[in-house]
Amino acid sequence: MALVDSDLTRDLVRARIQGRQSDAAGAAFKGILVACLVTVLAALVALLISVAPAGLDVFSTRGLSDFLLRPFSVRPDKAGVYQGTVGTVTSAVLVAVIAFPMGVAAAVYLEEYASDNWFTRLVNLVIRNLAGVPAIVYGLLGFALFVNGPFSSLTGGTTLLSTGLTLAILVLPIVVITSAEAIRAVPASLREGGYGVGATRWEVTRTLVLPNAMGGMLTGTILALARALGEAAPLFFMGAKTSIFSGGDWFDLRGDFTALPMIISDWSTRPATKWNGNTQAAILVTLVLVLGINTVGIVLRNHFDKKR
Amino acid sequence: MSGGASTTTAEPGPVPPVYRTEDLAVFYGSFKAVRDVNLEIRQNEITAFIGPSGCGKSTVLRCFNRMNDLIESARVEGRLTYHGVDLYDRAVNPVEVRRRIGMVFQKPNPFPKSIYENIAYGPRLAGLARKGPEMDEIVENSLRAAALWDEVKDRLKASAFGLSGGQQQRLCIARALAVGPEVLLMDEPCSALDPIATGRIEDLMQQIKQDYTIIIVTHNMQQAARVSDHCAFFTTEVSEESDTRTGVLVEFDATQQMFSNPSDERTENYVTGRFG
Amino acid sequence: MTVPQPPTPPGLRVEDLAGNAARNRTEMVVRYALTGAAGMSVLISTAIIVVLLRDAVGFITTIRLGDLGDSIWNPRLGRFGVMSPILGTLWVTLVAVLVAGPIGLGAAVYLSEYASPRLRRIVKPVVEVLASIPSVVVGYFAIRFLAPEVVQRLFSGAPAKNLLVAGIAVGLLTIPLMTSVAEDALRAVPSSLREASYGLGAKKVTTVVRVVIPAAVSGLVAGLILSISRAIGETMVVFLAAGGVPTRPTSPLDGGTTITAAMAAVATGTDNVAGASNTFQSAFFLGLILFALTLSLNLVADRFVRRVRQKY
Repeated sequence: MALVDSDLTRDLVRARIQGRQSDAAGAAFKGILVACLVTVLAALVALLISVAPAGLDVFSTRGLSDFLLRPFSVRPDKAGVYQGTVGTVTSAVLVAVIAFPMGVAAAVYLEEYASDNWFTRLVNLVIRNLAGVPAIVYGLLGFALFVNGPFSSLTGGTTLLSTGLTLAILVLPIVVITSAEAIRAVPASLREGGYGVGATRWEVTRTLVLPNAMGGMLTGTILALARALGEAAPLFFMGAKTSIFSGGDWFDLRGDFTALPMIISDWSTRPATKWNGNTQAAILVTLVLVLGINTVGIVLRNHFDKKR
Repeated sequence: MSGGASTTTAEPGPVPPVYRTEDLAVFYGSFKAVRDVNLEIRQNEITAFIGPSGCGKSTVLRCFNRMNDLIESARVEGRLTYHGVDLYDRAVNPVEVRRRIGMVFQKPNPFPKSIYENIAYGPRLAGLARKGPEMDEIVENSLRAAALWDEVKDRLKASAFGLSGGQQQRLCIARALAVGPEVLLMDEPCSALDPIATGRIEDLMQQIKQDYTIIIVTHNMQQAARVSDHCAFFTTEVSEESDTRTGVLVEFDATQQMFSNPSDERTENYVTGRFG
Repeated sequence: MTVPQPPTPPGLRVEDLAGNAARNRTEMVVRYALTGAAGMSVLISTAIIVVLLRDAVGFITTIRLGDLGDSIWNPRLGRFGVMSPILGTLWVTLVAVLVAGPIGLGAAVYLSEYASPRLRRIVKPVVEVLASIPSVVVGYFAIRFLAPEVVQRLFSGAPAKNLLVAGIAVGLLTIPLMTSVAEDALRAVPSSLREASYGLGAKKVTTVVRVVIPAAVSGLVAGLILSISRAIGETMVVFLAAGGVPTRPTSPLDGGTTITAAMAAVATGTDNVAGASNTFQSAFFLGLILFALTLSLNLVADRFVRRVRQKY
């Protein structure tokens, strides 16, 4: 490819000769770009404003703790998100515990151990493509493996354990990809130093590479976690409850359960006059959790980016 | 020659060489990086590899402790023996090779740890000592051997990144010595340093030469002339048909001889500065 | 050979260089474990394909193929007109891409070519916040704000839930993806190209439109394809905002359903997800279509991304 195409050169020369120096086009173009950006920001602001007022009302009339600590109820003024919060937080912990070690291990394999053979190429291809598989398909997979399949006696069927495992599989490719990036960013000279004094591959990885990449790997995992936490689609197939049930307490991994996104989804479809306040309140709780975790992730990333 | 000459004189002949290569060639994939390397490295000598960039001198050096194994496409042909043992024998573990044959790199690359931990890293993994007085002794001795002890003895717990470039490089030398190697491979160890720091490294090499065999790759002919006993001159040859450059060992001789009376015209051109 | 072969000194044998057995063993165990972890991804992909195929085939065998041509998709009533959710998906995706493509690209060009580093530092996290909002929340936003305040004002008489609302909301969700992929592509254009253009006396707008954007086109196309793929796979927004109407839509202002929303609908309505009925299996049939669609789009996008990498 020529550096700059000849049409352009001709146009530029012509513009110069004819003395046209219209900056209007430039200004208009920039205006359009700014408008795009403003639209994005406006949509975000509108979204945040539209989900807040009625929810804040609920918090102020009932008290935040009342809403947070009550289980499901058929009466909107009694219904709370205790079981949903427990389910969401617990499944997030499960996801972290399962996906982080698995994802980091796979990333270490790809970056530190793998030679360029068919297996490595296959794994790379598969991971890139798994990252693009829609969440709801993971719901089907989780259903067929954990809810009603070979592992259902272990998980107990429609339980938090099934959900945690399914969501862990969902975020695994993201954890692998971000961890691999973090590992790749570790300077080769550090590895050479380790190998140079007679460290084995695993010793170099464990003592030099992983500590150096930890920041990036944690950040990736935290951002993936935030995604898992807000994900509702797979929960349809996990049997998350939307009406009164008993249980749903802390770390009740093998009992009935629900989760915040499922509650939001269900309450959104109930009569707005009665349930809108609760829906918004549940959204606020979820946003605080998700955005809180995300903020931690982004702050961590900026921190580690600066250190490099 | 019948086995077991026991004197440690540097005179060629009686003492078997530390390394010996026979038609050594290194490939990266199908690209032949360097070929026809035939040389011997003698004990308690400093051998310098010189030549223009791209001539394969670093590549050859990195065979001597199997560091090239870390580059996946790298492949070695010919024979490379270390005390008569084929270094590329299937039974040889590169990790053990690298413990016995230390390496110092072009840019100082201390670990992001304290000065103490930089030295203790290798011995701990090798199981030479865990911690406590034993390890303290290893750390002190290594730092003394690298002429760094007096400068850092009061701040062993401080980060290694706080040291100057020259100090960092001596720390890397101390780190390499800490695992008790016999050979030290130095890959342009002074190219990132100022002349004063370079001088200190060269002095240090002369000091530790009595305990170690040293091979140094350098761009700097004066440095080679100053520090080395033997010298290997590499250059590149351009292949007509494939238009690729392959490194080749031109001449291997005593440094004195090489600089005063080279036997190959290409060497002469290089050492007199007419080329390279 | 000119140099005679020296005898092996009594000191060193090959065994001396074999290394510590315990360390070698650890190394081997770790290597197996890590390979296993990497292999998990292959197992997972295989499991996805096996599971989808098994139940999709199970579903197909229980119906007459002609049933798929029905005008209605309602598996609970034995109506399997698969064109209804497919058309719904097409409408939603089209609207979403029309929203996310230009806006995402515009924002990316601004961030990459115009914004000061300081502004970038402020705006990028905001876009990331949008990316991290759970889609179910965007779904709520669609039915409580976009539908009454935007769409029904513009198109009076449109139903409260329709494909246009869902498409706009999915577009909002997709903007951050489009923006970040496009920005990466634009930033990968070497500054020497820009300088060459300025050197000819070109203005900024000319440089951006005629030099930078054409040079980044592979990456921009990749971003667009990934956005399409993402929009096709989005579930919660359409589940809440598209209306769940089982007939074939004729315009985006119709209520409708999509492949994903129809899958979700199969699993709702009762708190107990049912097992092997063909109603439930229909979700796997739709899932297989969804998987095939998104996978092929992602593979195509991957091609374009690689082209960018090769170029620079």
